[in-house]
Amino acid sequence: MTWATTLKGMKGNKVGMAIEELHRAENDLAGALLNLSDQQKVDHEVFYVARDIAQWSREHVRQLAGVGRDYGLDLDPEPEDESSLMARIKQKGAEALGRFHEPSLLLLADLRHVHRTAAGVSLDWEVLAQTAQALQDTELLEVAQSCHPQTLRQMRWANAKLKETAAQVMVTG
Amino acid sequence: MPQIDRIAEPWGSRTPYGPGKSWPARVDSYLADGIVPADVDRWVQSASILHSNGDAMDIAVKDDRIVGVRGRADDRVNHGRLGPKDLFAWQANNSADRLTKPLVRRDGRLVESDWDTAMDLVAGRTRELLEERGPSSVGFYTTGQLFLEEYYVLGLIAHGGIGTSHVDGNTRLCTATAAASLKESFACDGQPGSYTDIDHADVIAVYGHNMAETQTVLWARILDRLSGPEPPQLVCVDPRLTPVAAAATVHLAPRPGTNVMLMNALLRELISNEHVDEEYIEAHAVGFDELTKMVEPCTLERAAEVCDVPAVDLREAARLLGTAQRLLSTVLQGFYQSHQATAAAVQVNNVHIIRGMLGRPGCGVLQMNGQPTAQNTREAGADGDLPAFRNWSNDLHVTDLARVWNVDPMRIPHYAPPTPLMQMLRYVEDGSIRFLYVTGTNPAVSLPELARIRKVLSQERLFLVVQDIFPTETTQLADVVLPAATWGEKTGTFTNADRTVHLSEKAVDPPGAARPDLDILLDYARRLDLRDKDGAPLVKWSTPEEVFEGWKECSRGRPCDYTGLSYDKLRGGSGIQWPCNDEHPDGAERLYADGKFFAQPDYCESYGRDLVTGAPVEPTEYRALNPTGKAVLKAAEYVPAHELTSEEYPFHLITGRTLFHFHTRTKTARTPQLQDAAPEVWVECSVADADEHRWSEGDVLRVTTPRGEVTARLRVSGIRDGVLFLPFHYGYWDTDAGDEPAGGGRAANELTLTDWDPASKQPLYKVGAAAAECVETAAGHAASAPTNTASAPYGPRGDIPATRGQTQALVTEELESTGAAS
Repeated sequence: MTWATTLKGMKGNKVGMAIEELHRAENDLAGALLNLSDQQKVDHEVFYVARDIAQWSREHVRQLAGVGRDYGLDLDPEPEDESSLMARIKQKGAEALGRFHEPSLLLLADLRHVHRTAAGVSLDWEVLAQTAQALQDTELLEVAQSCHPQTLRQMRWANAKLKETAAQVMVTG
Repeated sequence: MPQIDRIAEPWGSRTPYGPGKSWPARVDSYLADGIVPADVDRWVQSASILHSNGDAMDIAVKDDRIVGVRGRADDRVNHGRLGPKDLFAWQANNSADRLTKPLVRRDGRLVESDWDTAMDLVAGRTRELLEERGPSSVGFYTTGQLFLEEYYVLGLIAHGGIGTSHVDGNTRLCTATAAASLKESFACDGQPGSYTDIDHADVIAVYGHNMAETQTVLWARILDRLSGPEPPQLVCVDPRLTPVAAAATVHLAPRPGTNVMLMNALLRELISNEHVDEEYIEAHAVGFDELTKMVEPCTLERAAEVCDVPAVDLREAARLLGTAQRLLSTVLQGFYQSHQATAAAVQVNNVHIIRGMLGRPGCGVLQMNGQPTAQNTREAGADGDLPAFRNWSNDLHVTDLARVWNVDPMRIPHYAPPTPLMQMLRYVEDGSIRFLYVTGTNPAVSLPELARIRKVLSQERLFLVVQDIFPTETTQLADVVLPAATWGEKTGTFTNADRTVHLSEKAVDPPGAARPDLDILLDYARRLDLRDKDGAPLVKWSTPEEVFEGWKECSRGRPCDYTGLSYDKLRGGSGIQWPCNDEHPDGAERLYADGKFFAQPDYCESYGRDLVTGAPVEPTEYRALNPTGKAVLKAAEYVPAHELTSEEYPFHLITGRTLFHFHTRTKTARTPQLQDAAPEVWVECSVADADEHRWSEGDVLRVTTPRGEVTARLRVSGIRDGVLFLPFHYGYWDTDAGDEPAGGGRAANELTLTDWDPASKQPLYKVGAAAAECVETAAGHAASAPTNTASAPYGPRGDIPATRGQTQALVTEELESTGAAS
């Protein structure tokens, strides 16, 4: 496995970059879910489920920081805390928010954002899982195999919730 | 004949029997004071509608009034026995304060009116909204206490006529998780087991189910096994010292909100001890590897810590489950109304699937119901699902239903899952639902976070119709109140928790202008002029029996097949279990014999949901997972509850029922024997908690959560440490304020949290954190909680008066064998 070892040791290697990118993306996804939760406090199911599954992304962040060490990365194992995440999200989202004065339309927009973010994370996990198999890095593969299904569940949830509420929002709102 | 005080002894006399033997009959009867059997003009066949057990009885009629009841000895469910509510609560029918005229709101006040005026208002407002805002602005909220025929018509009006997906029943609060867990494991609703499994089981596991109080006659059956030869051993999971817990070999009292961890640890123990039927799993189930992986981290030690239950007790419980030859499990609100409701209930199904214990005598699961006709709410489509367990995400099922109803398939809303009650209320709150038609339920007391519910329901822009038999907290918020007939005053059928169908015949006329719910719904459909695709009336029936015949056709070929039943067949003799058809002319005792399920992708009712997020499983996913329709072993990770205890709110708060009341006491508080047994709200805590805070029996506590407060006298009971219990029955209709608290609250739901299980959508009444303080010392008063149930005082009873009914609760018991009460 010398080539694999070499690859792991290289500064700025592609695998390390992918892990770092996913570490950032999972933090973003946790932020998007917490933001959605925060925006939709009156929609109790959205409020609680979004918080529950944001925890999955926060756990993924920890695990990515763990495997990142093998690739010479020093990633923060602690997920970004809720307040700094929210501040970042709010800045980014202010513009988008401005377009929606109907709160229920905002729910659809937020769900769409969560779905897109989760879709990105899912593809990133796909890349890492493929890479891990090529490198025969069982540790990285195990992390990908345990985390990726939860990303898919996050995506399916956003899709299902949108499907459930779209008609009520669009037709009677 | 022997007589017994059935308030003091709710389960009556013992008739012991051994495994595999028939449960001896014992005919219980109670007649009004001064009436003897010879005075009775006629006996009219019926069954109980005050719990889910389906106790069969005859109603005694004299001079066109109901004067008593008698159990039906030949019925498979109760073999003649009746519970205290069955025996006494018929008296509420005769109450002077029944609703007897329609009421309409004029200048802010409800005034008496007539049917034409009231129904024109109801139908008129529906039509206006349909024109202005479409079907999604109209919602229906029904109950678990009407008859099958009424639900089927309601579902047809809402789904096939109006085209709204906003239809649900209060079964959402009591049995939604039973249905959801069966849909997850077997891809279809339908009770696998039978009550007769009690006659055969050697281990009975009772999960969050205070059977002694919710189904007294079923508990009497277990008591009779326990007092006979070769008694079964009981495993009980309950944070309270219920009569079931007291009789159990192993009692686990987990920390509220941790059921999934508990179940995962038990499953892990079964798997690691190889107490699994590998051949059965291989042949009849999918998902075993995922389940094994999921439960792997849930060691007994970890569960002992999370659930705060001794590991040795968990091990002993797993040993009993693992070595049982004939295992029966029952599940109720302790799981259904707690955190991760469906996930926890599904793990009970998993125990039976991995042990191969389904569909044989003594080997069954009873995912219980809370209400008498909840099964019909579910199967006839009044809980939002499509009738006869058709799958809303299978277009062929929708097309088939459209054929039965003779409507265009597009008219039946199936583009998304049906809207569950709590979501409907959210739509009422945001103003997108503007018309809500409530039948036979009292949301202003029974839903969580009452301050919010009262605000939502009293909005000016909402047109609220309430159909009931008494004035309630909810009727007081209505725009139109419709007076209904009840049990004994109308004819129809209903189905209990083990699929037994009973006919309940009209014994007397309803009071005043009150009408059967079916007649009111038929009137509504006529006034809306609902039509099928050929222009004929959509609802073609005018009597209950005609509707039943229509329902039979709708159920043909589906799991809940009623085609072999008729009113005539149900008259006399015993109730009959569905499926009842050509293949099973006398009904089917157990589902899933020989590992055959209703789970084939083209046939099944449901593809399931994600147990944590609630997202429906897509059809293609299900086909890939379970192409040949096996049982599904669905695993779930433990997720901590949403509201945890804190310094400010140090107690877990759980709510529940007592034996002597039903729901919001509309009938039971109007029954002297029952009301006297439990006249006022109380709160329970443990001995250790009472000692720590220097509280004692009878002290008045103020219990608070971020949602509100309740004041109640304290009963120091056998509940686990750190948990407060409040009965949920007590509201305001019999207080001066009428519909809301004046000063300290009395309804437990002032305190509860708005949160529901994402998979079953059942609100969670048994999680949440609360604080408590003493505001007044007992000064010689004891709490008025019953002393012969889970609310019994723990330890020495001192001056606390024992629960007794005295002479007014004397019930005649006629024993089959000896003829003598013991």
